[in-house]
Amino acid sequence: MRRGRWERRHVTEALAKAMMYASVALVAGSLALILFTVVLRGLPALSWEMVSKPPEGGYYMGKGGGVLNAIIGSLLLASGGTLAALIFGLPIALYLETYLGDSPWGRYVRLSLDVLWGIPSIVYGAFGFTLMLAIGLRASLLAGIIVLALLELPIMVRAMDEVIRRMPVDLEQAALALGSTKLEVAMRIVTRQMMPGIITAILLAFGRGIGDAASVLFTSGYTDRITTSLLRPTASLPLAVFFQLASPFPEVQKRGYASALILTVIVLVISLGSRWISGRVSRYTVK
Amino acid sequence: MEEQQGTKPASFAGAEGRQDNRPFALARLRADRNARRTFSVVTLLPLFLIAVITIALIIRSWPVLGVKPLNQTVFGPAWKPQDGLFGFWPFVAGTGWVTVVGMGLAIVPCVLVSLYLSEYARAATRAMAKPILDLLAAIPPVVYGVWGLLAVVPFVEDVLRPFAKRWLGAIPVFAVNQPTGFSILAGGIVLAVMVAPFIIAVLYEILDTVPEELRHASLAVGATRWQTVRGVVIPKVLPGMIAGIVLGASRALGETIAVLMVVGNVVQVPTSIFDAAYPLPALIANNYGDMMSIPLYDAALLGGALVLLVVILIFNILSTLVLQRLLGRQWT
Repeated sequence: MRRGRWERRHVTEALAKAMMYASVALVAGSLALILFTVVLRGLPALSWEMVSKPPEGGYYMGKGGGVLNAIIGSLLLASGGTLAALIFGLPIALYLETYLGDSPWGRYVRLSLDVLWGIPSIVYGAFGFTLMLAIGLRASLLAGIIVLALLELPIMVRAMDEVIRRMPVDLEQAALALGSTKLEVAMRIVTRQMMPGIITAILLAFGRGIGDAASVLFTSGYTDRITTSLLRPTASLPLAVFFQLASPFPEVQKRGYASALILTVIVLVISLGSRWISGRVSRYTVK
Repeated sequence: MEEQQGTKPASFAGAEGRQDNRPFALARLRADRNARRTFSVVTLLPLFLIAVITIALIIRSWPVLGVKPLNQTVFGPAWKPQDGLFGFWPFVAGTGWVTVVGMGLAIVPCVLVSLYLSEYARAATRAMAKPILDLLAAIPPVVYGVWGLLAVVPFVEDVLRPFAKRWLGAIPVFAVNQPTGFSILAGGIVLAVMVAPFIIAVLYEILDTVPEELRHASLAVGATRWQTVRGVVIPKVLPGMIAGIVLGASRALGETIAVLMVVGNVVQVPTSIFDAAYPLPALIANNYGDMMSIPLYDAALLGGALVLLVVILIFNILSTLVLQRLLGRQWT
């Protein structure tokens, strides 16, 4: 039998390692390529007009204007959806931690959240559409917000649950020992201690909401005007990208690339911003 | 003082007896009880939501899915909405093809990357991996679609298609039957890149549950790292890794916009990865506008959503149960 560094297992080791490095390079490379492509093609078409004006007459044939309607629409949709998801999501996350813990019920709820998280956004969109028909709501900002809230809820609660699980038990028990009720523990101790994680979860959900196209396609419609009412249709950035790319005019397609760049920048800023904010807030927690 | 509830923890029992007559304490206890009731109702919301989504889609799609045998609908080959024929088979097949190609491209690199992160990478690299994966998972689908249009479709059209035509044309799966790059392969490549951050994150989390002592024991008796991976780490978490991959596949199944933009959207049962396909989510997204103009069309499209939902629910529940058991062990 061969000994030393040419022994078979060492060769396998080297091979495995080489394949791993290759895979890391492949995955990292393709993802870097995406960002590179979007920046490369989006940047030349990006202008102040793109982000400061709604479409003007003949915009879809290459005339003046921008996608301000979609930027504002997307921010409204995602903020509304995130707020609604937070109103229901925070109680669920707190209840899971302070009252249910690892009980069977807690497991069922967590399972259902995981399952909801896996339901594709197009199904949420189709469901939202049937819901709108049932209650007689037209395609509008409100309908979009409702569907985004449903879509974001499981993402937000799962992310919160994951951090709240790491809550130091002794901190909770110290508060209980001093006579706090469980509600007080949840609202004053858990929420404050876990604030960095909660903020990260909220912004994670916001990022998903703002980037999702399939669910708002059915529910929020599209318009060239800046939305002023909950009951009016609204534009959104992902759909702006989608529709502009479908255009036969090269100028409009270029604006689609620019819109994609705007969307990417917003999402990346949120993602990085959440780290920064949660870092700032973590000063107020017990280490 | 109202009657106590059985679930109240023992630590309160003494304090309550004493503080009965203090209004402040009473108010706090009442707030606690009300909150618990409200919270417990809100917590039922996720379970309720799954049921409502499923039931709503079943009711709305009943006029198509309920009245005809499955071999005319889900497995039916004819899609002619004008004549009232709603056979989903081209779309179901398209979804299957794109998902299989995407997962086929994604699995090996994702497993290797997650193994690298959990077994080989230095602590500093590992600490960086999670934020970067989160960041990549946050990139919106439509941006992947843009990349697909700009880079993947031309790549398939100009590089892979001629290559396959020249060398692989005899194999039916690689046969080149149409002139563009809008194909299952392009959809699969985009999907593979899209689900990669998700799959890597799940696999890495699972590999992380293997106790460090097991690795040390294996390394201490002289095994190489790869032998440790093959002999100790992977056998320990194989069910979880499979579950994680299935979870990734269910993500891929439902992906809409990015795939829709590159896959060609031709109603046919594809036979080659260079054929165009028309996955179910794309069908729903493309035709929602005509939904109300053709009779039964809305029922058919929502039926498509239902088929998608049922498949994904099965995938999801099975893999999540496996994962919860596996990861649950670590939490307790």
